[in-house]
Amino acid sequence: MSTTNGTTAAAALPTYTKKDFESGVDPRWCPGCGDFSIINQVQKLLPSIGVARENIVFISGIGCSSRFPYYMNNYGMHTLHGRAPSFASGLKLSRPELQLWVVTGDGDALAIGGNHFIHTMRRNLDIKMLMFNNRIYGLTKGQVSPTSELGKKTKTTPYGSADYPFNPPALALGAGATFVARSVDLEGAHMGVVLKSAAEHRGSTFVEIYQNCPVFNDGAYTFLTEKAVKAEAQLRMEEGKPLLFGKDNRKGIRFNSQSAELEVVTLGEKGAVEKDVLVHNPRRDDPTIAFMLANLSNRPGFPTPIGIFRAVKLPTCDDLNWKVINSAKAKHGDVSLRKFLSSADTWTVE
Amino acid sequence: MSIPEAAPTSKREVEQVETVTIRFVGDSGDGMQVIGSEFTKASALAGNDLSTFPDFPAEIRAPAGSLAGVSGYQVHLGGRTVYTPGDAPDVLVAMNPAALKTNIQDLRLGGMLIVNSGAFNEANLEKALYKKNPLEDDALKKNYRVVPVEMNTLTQHALEGSGLSSKEVARCKNYFALGMLYFLYGRPTEPQVQSIRAKFTKKPEFADANIKVFQAGHAFAETSELFVNTYRVPAAKLRPGLYRNVTGNQATALGLAAAAKLSGRQVFLGSYPITPATEILQESSYFKEMNVVTYQAEDEIAGIGSAIGASFGGAIGCTTTSGPGLALKSEMIGLAVILELPLVVVNVQRGGPSTGMPTKTEQADLLMALFGRHGEAPMPVLAAKSPGDCFYSAMEAVRIAIKWMTPVLLLTDGYLGFGSEPFRIPEEGELQPFAVKYQTTPNYEGGKFMPYLRDAKLIRPWAVPGTPGLEHRVGGLEKDSLSGMVSYDGMNHEKMVKTRAQKIANVVEDVPDLEVFGPAKGEVLLLSWGGTFGSVRASAEALHGKSVAHAHLRWLNPMPRNTGEVLRSYRKVLVPEVNNGQLALYVRAMFPGIDPLQHNRINGKALNISEIVAKVNELLG
Repeated sequence: MSTTNGTTAAAALPTYTKKDFESGVDPRWCPGCGDFSIINQVQKLLPSIGVARENIVFISGIGCSSRFPYYMNNYGMHTLHGRAPSFASGLKLSRPELQLWVVTGDGDALAIGGNHFIHTMRRNLDIKMLMFNNRIYGLTKGQVSPTSELGKKTKTTPYGSADYPFNPPALALGAGATFVARSVDLEGAHMGVVLKSAAEHRGSTFVEIYQNCPVFNDGAYTFLTEKAVKAEAQLRMEEGKPLLFGKDNRKGIRFNSQSAELEVVTLGEKGAVEKDVLVHNPRRDDPTIAFMLANLSNRPGFPTPIGIFRAVKLPTCDDLNWKVINSAKAKHGDVSLRKFLSSADTWTVE
Repeated sequence: MSIPEAAPTSKREVEQVETVTIRFVGDSGDGMQVIGSEFTKASALAGNDLSTFPDFPAEIRAPAGSLAGVSGYQVHLGGRTVYTPGDAPDVLVAMNPAALKTNIQDLRLGGMLIVNSGAFNEANLEKALYKKNPLEDDALKKNYRVVPVEMNTLTQHALEGSGLSSKEVARCKNYFALGMLYFLYGRPTEPQVQSIRAKFTKKPEFADANIKVFQAGHAFAETSELFVNTYRVPAAKLRPGLYRNVTGNQATALGLAAAAKLSGRQVFLGSYPITPATEILQESSYFKEMNVVTYQAEDEIAGIGSAIGASFGGAIGCTTTSGPGLALKSEMIGLAVILELPLVVVNVQRGGPSTGMPTKTEQADLLMALFGRHGEAPMPVLAAKSPGDCFYSAMEAVRIAIKWMTPVLLLTDGYLGFGSEPFRIPEEGELQPFAVKYQTTPNYEGGKFMPYLRDAKLIRPWAVPGTPGLEHRVGGLEKDSLSGMVSYDGMNHEKMVKTRAQKIANVVEDVPDLEVFGPAKGEVLLLSWGGTFGSVRASAEALHGKSVAHAHLRWLNPMPRNTGEVLRSYRKVLVPEVNNGQLALYVRAMFPGIDPLQHNRINGKALNISEIVAKVNELLG
């Protein structure tokens, strides 16, 4: 593939360690911030994905999460609020051989950057977006965000927020993302697996990571992460396995064909058996079931799904574009400037 | 004024004219742009110099026959250098009452009005708000040579038995008008017949119909006794070479593609459709084999963002827009300033503020181009002076952006973007390649890479992803003057602000001195910039022999080194502009003591030569 880069790729990939991906700049996040756990997982992952360090680019917007590229020893851009996907889109189209990661937050991606977010997802550009969702504006010290719960009291909503929040995976699915997943900062091992799948996916990749902000929204996810409630509150989606949860996996998610809704059943009660339970398949072309699963976290009495909602293969926007470009180049060959400029009605002045 | 009566065919004479301006006006659906550009092509083939300008409504299809729906195309052709599409038409071809009403006041007194009298029925007169038929008005006949032609009926006659519907027949009448013009100006008909065939290859029945109507128009003009004379415009003395027509927007697209070829780098154009800049993105999207990658982004901001992203990757990031889009892009331009990455922003100016007059021209974005960013954010600004010059300006913008690692703003305008003129295609090897160097090795002690370590001209290196060992981060936060890492140190910030400013000031080494047309010192200097070049140069030529000179600024930032010296060589400086005095204000600030006089028109049109000449004559006393 023709590129703008004059240098040629190295023959063999060096053996990397986690340290090779640390820029040496100490992260300036608050003590206890969930971002530390996320960067740790990303730096642990990158040595194993078979991509040269110099071919990986991290791009971010504005917010706490967006300091991420400064701490990675790759190429990086810290850009404007909400606009990271636009830089990534241009860079990916221009240099499709690069691996692009966008690091963003709930305010950055879904408020000021909402338009870029949906269009990046629907184009299926091969861009991996990690959205750290702490349900608050951290860098500006505690204002309501597009994922803050209804009724949330913040500095700009002292009487409680009257805005319904976005459900980010549902939004990404609705916008046409081909890979949609969710993980949690405290669940390092789970996050590692999800990130690996994200790294391997080609196409618009969206990973929501629930991230605790110990200063402005502490405990936002204790309903999900506390040991005592974890089993009942989390629905771990794994490909090919039934959607079971609860103590001893006694509960499951069933598709009720009468009401066309997902419902919770308890195995052994009211005749419910394991084969009634929906088997997780993130590779369905139709995103409807994935969308229903994404919406479970909005519904009282349902667990919050974590894992991969959707992972389907579709030709990427960058592939489709370069197919056209390469065929035009093959067809015309090296066109001289004079010939190019003369391809119109011309006349000669003696 | 006496208007000669029509003469019998036998006595018809061929009159030589040095220049002529013809305007075709009709309903948006009448095909005025088509016949205007066809007549232009024929004139180019005949060796005339020329300049054209279309004038169409912002609405795609306003109600048929309404005043708002009038669309026009003006062409100025000459046997000598033609600078503008012409002040006032010598010939007006009007296809309906609305077109007559909105254009008749522009026709030169004594000029020829060829009018489709068949369209002057009660319904159309009412839509044009005429209480009575203006063709029956004596005043019209007194002021102009009126040639009423029943084009509707004549077109129908020509197409009797063609099997076309009456609607389809009506659509052909523009070619009747064109046929008449071909006879009047002695254009050979065969190339036009070929052109119609080519245009309708997929619908041969329409090709046949339009050719028939075109020939009928030609024959009608020849045999009827409506015309006193026919006219010949001699060939102009143009620089020898191969020519084509370009609009300014086409030329901008071609210039960017040429820059890709000359630099050996990909041009990445990320844009969003906006009148009057859209054609640049459209044209460019065909140039894939020329290493031009285009991207229609979701909005103006994403357009420029994608371009900056591509520049980080080593491409030549470009974005094209018009005023409202430039406003949206301003935060991004500031980012490009602080990142110090190459970027070309093309702003095709239109009437503002806000949505303003999208299809009308204006020069009112100059101060925004120069100063419209928050913080200290200087950047090079240049402006194209003619449709063809958009080609050279776009190439120059790219060259400067790459050489100096900076965003560059290129100003054109709707008048240049839509206007067209013959363009001499440069010979092979005539355009100089410009090298682009990426940093591929560490540039600092200890094998380190410092992305903001500068050379003597204060230019920083360009290291692109994919280069091992030079991994680095750039961002919008103020950065350390060497490593580029975040720095909140006040003194470092001051140093960086001054360094960025000095770097842009250094660009002056690439800015040629201001050239003066006319006496080197004297009474009045006309100072212009951008799209008004043609009107002002034509005015200066018209004032030949008087103590009047003309200087034209291609570079607005930095300005040519000798600008102050030139300005001080005349007793008065007059700045004609299509805005409320922006260059005049800038000149006052940049050259204290110089207080230019202003000539400002902000009517959505190019400057009128006769008005500038009158103003200068007034100053000369």
